[in-house]
Amino acid sequence: MKIADDNPPALTVLDRPNSYIGRSVPRPNLARLTQGRAQFVSDVTLPRMAHVAFARSPHAHARIKAIDVAAAKAAPGVIAVVTGAELSKVITPWVGVLTHLKGIKSAPQHAIAVDRACWQGEAVCAVVARSRAEAEDACEKLAVDYTPLIAVTDAETALDPATLVIHPELGDNLTFERAHTAGDPDQGFAAADVVVETTFVFGRHTGVTNEPRAIVADWNPGEQRLTVYHGTQAPHMMMNLFAKHLGLEEHQVRVVTKDVGGSFGIKVHTYADEMAVVALSKLLKRPVKFVADRFESFVTDIHARDHRVKAKIGVKNDGTITAWEIDDLTGIGPYSVYPRTSGIEANQIVNLTGGPYTCPNYRARARVVFQNKNVMCQYRAVGHPIATAVTEGLVELAAARIGMDPLEIRRRNLIADDAYPASGPSGIKFEKLSHHESLAHLDAMMNYAGLRAEQARLRERKIYRGIGFASFIEVTNPSAAFYGVGGARISAQDGATVRLDATGAVFCHSGVTEQGQGAEAVMAQCVASAFGVPIERVRVITGDTDNTPYGGGTWASRAAGIGGEAAWQAGKALRGNVLAVAGSILQAKPETLDIRKGIVVNADTGAERLSLDELARIAYFRPDTLPAGVQAELMATRHYVPRAWPFAFTNGIQASWLEVDIRTGAVTLLKHWCIEDCGTIINPQLVDEQIRGGVVQGIGGALFEHCLYDTGGQMLNANMADYLVPMAAEMPDIEVGHVVTPTADSELGAKGAGEAGTAGAPGAVMNAINDALRPLGAIPLTDMPFTPEKILRALGKV
Amino acid sequence: MALIDITAVINGETVRESVEPRRTLVDFLRETLGLTGSHIGCEHGICGACSVRVDGEVIRGCLILAVQCDGARVDTIEGVSDSGEIADLQAAFEKRNALQCGFCTPGMLLSAQALLHHGNVPDRETIRDHISGNYCRCTGYQAIVDAIEAVALARAGARK
Ligand code: FES
Ligand code: FES
Repeated sequence: MKIADDNPPALTVLDRPNSYIGRSVPRPNLARLTQGRAQFVSDVTLPRMAHVAFARSPHAHARIKAIDVAAAKAAPGVIAVVTGAELSKVITPWVGVLTHLKGIKSAPQHAIAVDRACWQGEAVCAVVARSRAEAEDACEKLAVDYTPLIAVTDAETALDPATLVIHPELGDNLTFERAHTAGDPDQGFAAADVVVETTFVFGRHTGVTNEPRAIVADWNPGEQRLTVYHGTQAPHMMMNLFAKHLGLEEHQVRVVTKDVGGSFGIKVHTYADEMAVVALSKLLKRPVKFVADRFESFVTDIHARDHRVKAKIGVKNDGTITAWEIDDLTGIGPYSVYPRTSGIEANQIVNLTGGPYTCPNYRARARVVFQNKNVMCQYRAVGHPIATAVTEGLVELAAARIGMDPLEIRRRNLIADDAYPASGPSGIKFEKLSHHESLAHLDAMMNYAGLRAEQARLRERKIYRGIGFASFIEVTNPSAAFYGVGGARISAQDGATVRLDATGAVFCHSGVTEQGQGAEAVMAQCVASAFGVPIERVRVITGDTDNTPYGGGTWASRAAGIGGEAAWQAGKALRGNVLAVAGSILQAKPETLDIRKGIVVNADTGAERLSLDELARIAYFRPDTLPAGVQAELMATRHYVPRAWPFAFTNGIQASWLEVDIRTGAVTLLKHWCIEDCGTIINPQLVDEQIRGGVVQGIGGALFEHCLYDTGGQMLNANMADYLVPMAAEMPDIEVGHVVTPTADSELGAKGAGEAGTAGAPGAVMNAINDALRPLGAIPLTDMPFTPEKILRALGKV
Repeated sequence: MALIDITAVINGETVRESVEPRRTLVDFLRETLGLTGSHIGCEHGICGACSVRVDGEVIRGCLILAVQCDGARVDTIEGVSDSGEIADLQAAFEKRNALQCGFCTPGMLLSAQALLHHGNVPDRETIRDHISGNYCRCTGYQAIVDAIEAVALARAGARK
């Protein structure tokens, strides 16, 4: 039996007598998912609901000369055929820029292309019909007259004077550029005994949520309200954007997010076709549904990671790192994505590279350019897998050059555990990290010495196994520094409202959202612990802008650390309110009472005084029996936003153990380890599963996933058969361990854990492959994904 | 498009419907019958989200037409949930957090049941192989393997 039982841990300062903090309690909302009784947006149907299908540009770049809609309009079941020009009268275009990314620029983007399509897959016309099948049939009857234009696809030449400028009004194809120098990199490189220089390439890939993007928009002219059922991570942000671009007040828009079939950052952006759906509902005065099919997902869900990083490290023979340098180039499609922009991933790479280490000498440049491919934007672990693979790749290449063990070089350069607060080379601030303790923990957990011995033995038999590491840092719990300061109306704070019902149960309404991470379980744990009821008595409500406090949603590993703290504080506040009422009923001082397991007790002896359902009965139905002037307040709201630090950085280290078949180039993953430090662990099982899922997504990018484009901007593998994602048989078991360094910014001390796995896995796998092949004199592999063909090429076999 | 009449036993209930010949089984289940527990992830036979059981075999509901199921017995996640057939698997998935978003879960459970229903206790590698036709983007698979293994062992133990 591999399923461990939930064991209450030893008491900590957070522990109340019936605490759920630190326990692996199961999520409250799972049975509806295992029974097929969930409600995903793709399951939603409404009376009079119509379906939309989009005609999409087959060209990467083309002028739209004319669209003949007559035949489509006459097709069976068709309700309306709407072009971009027509829809632009209903919904205004947007520009994906933020003021804190200095100089970032982009062009206005429309819900449906007007005059010009800028990538293969951009919607050029909408057909609304009684069924999706009829809408698709009619789409085929549209005659769109295109004049193909030159497609700018190669990021390397996007800035050349000879290259077409995609948006002439912007002057060039440069979206954003950032340069950063710290310390003295020139002197650092001069002081080095060895300088290692290489180019890392990261293949464009995407999230492939199992449930594609889905939206049902319902404009009710009678109520003058728009209700949007939307598979999104950020309902309040979307409420704001729908209102803004449809010319409505925010209170006229309600966004309801039910079950969401995977998100990973894919579902936190503004998609043109989703904006078209809300506009079509407004235009047609009836519900309109759109669910992307898998082809549409591949050519319109944001892509990420398409980066080329020239990188350099200086190191002394004693292992001291003396300088870093990176030059990052990324192509982000024809528009910077709204409202978070497509400059963030490059910006993060500049921020995070070299981050775990003490060496302060750092030179970085990042350039973000436009091109005629699908848009790129923030996907799970934004920038981290790249910065980590570059940093850790350089560290292990340098270690190999000076003949030092890869863990030893890290021991000599990682920021000391007692040196905090500290900063990274880019100036990012760390409250407290635990690199060395994490490394020691990993060393022991994986039996590093034993594995090295096994590796050596197997090499004699011509079996090539490798061990690779990646120390990493992860940005979590973002304050307003992430988006708010740049002018985006994306909430950094989050809120929770808790309410005692008339039977002594508790409702918690939270501004964070659930897409499977377990946010609702974490909220329930926080409320149950802080207030003092069995967890079964807590019902959590999320994903409804009419019925939850204004909040940011779930992204950037913020739900537990920010939403959880708000829920914890709200639970405490309600306890105070309830004990005030209990005090007046019992003629006792509230401070002498507590709530445990749903019962008001004497705080010192634990003697039971009054059940919550009796208290609620009196407060709701017989308030006349309370002393004059006592008004029970059985609902409390609290908000939380990190203030002391712009981000709560977490840290950790991963290791990969794998075998390379040097005849076929195939990689077999044998085992993976991750030690991470996300501060206080509210639910160990949920943290571990976030890590495991994240590691596997990182492995996907390292070995399989790649959005392949031809030079004309056509995506070549926009289907699940040709775009490879990790399958169960190819994935290893993943061992997870923890170091616990709480943040002092909140009472709970929890930081995020959603992206650590993805941040470190690609670098660890890359280093393990190179470790396996090093005795064969292979050229180090630095171009992800590491396909068998690339491995054979590195071995000089093809 | 001319409709075709079909009769099938869906989760034990006899259903008579007129369907378009081009309608897939999973669309028929979801849209005509409201059985939305079977999901659509790719519509081209890769992801396994649409897995249902037809005459006892787990198949992809997106690769078979509803008209091909005339006279067939079809079981969906709703049916096997209500009958209690996979209650132990469901409990193990919940306890082990072998699902995150849960979108792959109905298909995954039906696949797991097909692997275990002969009473065998497969090793982890066999479990991993067997569920490789069901994509999960959230969990990284290990928790799913753990849950299936635990049920296999428990069922074997119960038979002893
Ligand atoms: S929807 Fe049928 S296999 Fe993906
Ligand atoms: S739990 Fe989300 S796809 Fe498996």
